[in-house]
Amino acid sequence: MSRITLESKPSDGVRELLRHLLDKGKVSAVLAPRRLDDEGSLDLGFITDRSELDSIDPFAPVMIANTAQVLSMITPSSSKIAVVLKPCELRGFVERVKREQGTLDNILTISCTCGGVFPLQKAVDGITGGMTANYYSDLSSEKIHAEIRETCKACEHFIPINSDVTVSLVGEKDLDENCQIYLNSKSASELLEGLGGEIDKKEYDPAISAGLMKKRLAEKERLFNSVFPGKGGIDAVIEIFGKCVGCHGCSRVCPICYCVSCDFESMNFDSDIAYYEKELSQKGALRLPPDTMLFHIGRMIHMSFSCVGCGLCSDVCPADIPVASVFKRTGDKTASIFDYIPGRDLEEAIPVMVFKEEEFSRFVDE
Amino acid sequence: MDKKYVPRITSFLCKWCSYTGADLAGTSRLQYPTAIIPIKVMCSSRVDPVFILRAFLKGSDGVLLGGCHPGDCHYETGNYHTRRRFAIVKTVFESLGLEAERIRLSWISASEGPKFARVANEFTETIIAMGENPVKKKIFL
Repeated sequence: MSRITLESKPSDGVRELLRHLLDKGKVSAVLAPRRLDDEGSLDLGFITDRSELDSIDPFAPVMIANTAQVLSMITPSSSKIAVVLKPCELRGFVERVKREQGTLDNILTISCTCGGVFPLQKAVDGITGGMTANYYSDLSSEKIHAEIRETCKACEHFIPINSDVTVSLVGEKDLDENCQIYLNSKSASELLEGLGGEIDKKEYDPAISAGLMKKRLAEKERLFNSVFPGKGGIDAVIEIFGKCVGCHGCSRVCPICYCVSCDFESMNFDSDIAYYEKELSQKGALRLPPDTMLFHIGRMIHMSFSCVGCGLCSDVCPADIPVASVFKRTGDKTASIFDYIPGRDLEEAIPVMVFKEEEFSRFVDE
Repeated sequence: MDKKYVPRITSFLCKWCSYTGADLAGTSRLQYPTAIIPIKVMCSSRVDPVFILRAFLKGSDGVLLGGCHPGDCHYETGNYHTRRRFAIVKTVFESLGLEAERIRLSWISASEGPKFARVANEFTETIIAMGENPVKKKIFL
């Protein structure tokens, strides 16, 4: 548990750190966001060649792909890999590991206190159109940046949980030539020995970013209160999800929805024409394809308690449905009845996998 | 509302306890409403929470889930899992403002014929008081 202070920009500092790891042979590969050109195109680079490291943009305020899903593809790895990811992606991966979709062994996780990311649609403009300069000054002054995603604005888990290395960005006054790197695990300390910079024994102090936390919590309450028209109810649910085109992109990008044979992609809920005719005779009209509400509410029942609020579902939605806001709002409630925080602790069992003999009597009519 | 209104209450009953309890209610000549539409399942934990949701969205006025008392599950722990899943469904319903009172979980053992009749009567009365499930009239589901 120590801190390294480098006299450079945090993104340069992290590149230096990654270069150190690759040069010294301490990791065999690096997985991190990478700039493809000056126009703002990005991807997740899986890199072993040191010369490629210059293109790494570790804190690009975009979520290009869900690193949690990608990590499932490359673990278990036979050699050490360094991964740069956002706090929510890390929590998402912890949830996946609980579901046996990967492992944290041989992974060095590098995360930062996160200022949120731009909506995918705006991301390219955001990075090239000068919004990023503003983004970093807002990080320093602990403001919520005006252009970041709704879910990011309302995210209270911007301090990484369980990361090996935490780079402090939020609330750091001098982001131009000061890079604070906190080493949270023994393996991180061992791997980063000899990196240079000033070393002292200090743990990350949440007081540095307490100002942002306060604003985020207030924003969360505002968002949760405003996402539903009126008091909710079936009409409100239909109003929100009625625009759905049924692409199921939200579940495809979700770090929690890992099922290869998803119930909602299966033929389990299919009906034949006779059934639709019967329903038509009762209602006079019918929406096709059917079961849009079943899909969304059903998915909420299946996984909302593990929702890390990464916001990718809203990002990819072609109909601009605030999927993430609705899911996080419900997920907060379903997780809270189990006193569960998704991705908090690898040892904490998924709520539906365990039980206590005496619990939840208020949900049962004796 | 029509006085003769009979709601439809989709009831998932576990084979070992609640379904047998319903049987006992019948053989004991206890009256319970025709609103109850029983579906026999091997265990209450066989009921994917989405079954409850689907019954609700397809227009059931109520959904009843019956299982063995805690500790009595034929498969030892099935009903404990049911209880957790049901808590999730209830919470999701509440968070979305859907009528969570329309879904109910009850423990009814094989020897509790009278209890089955009581739960069936009580729940039917609750549902009649609430009226028809508004979802029934919705087209764009």
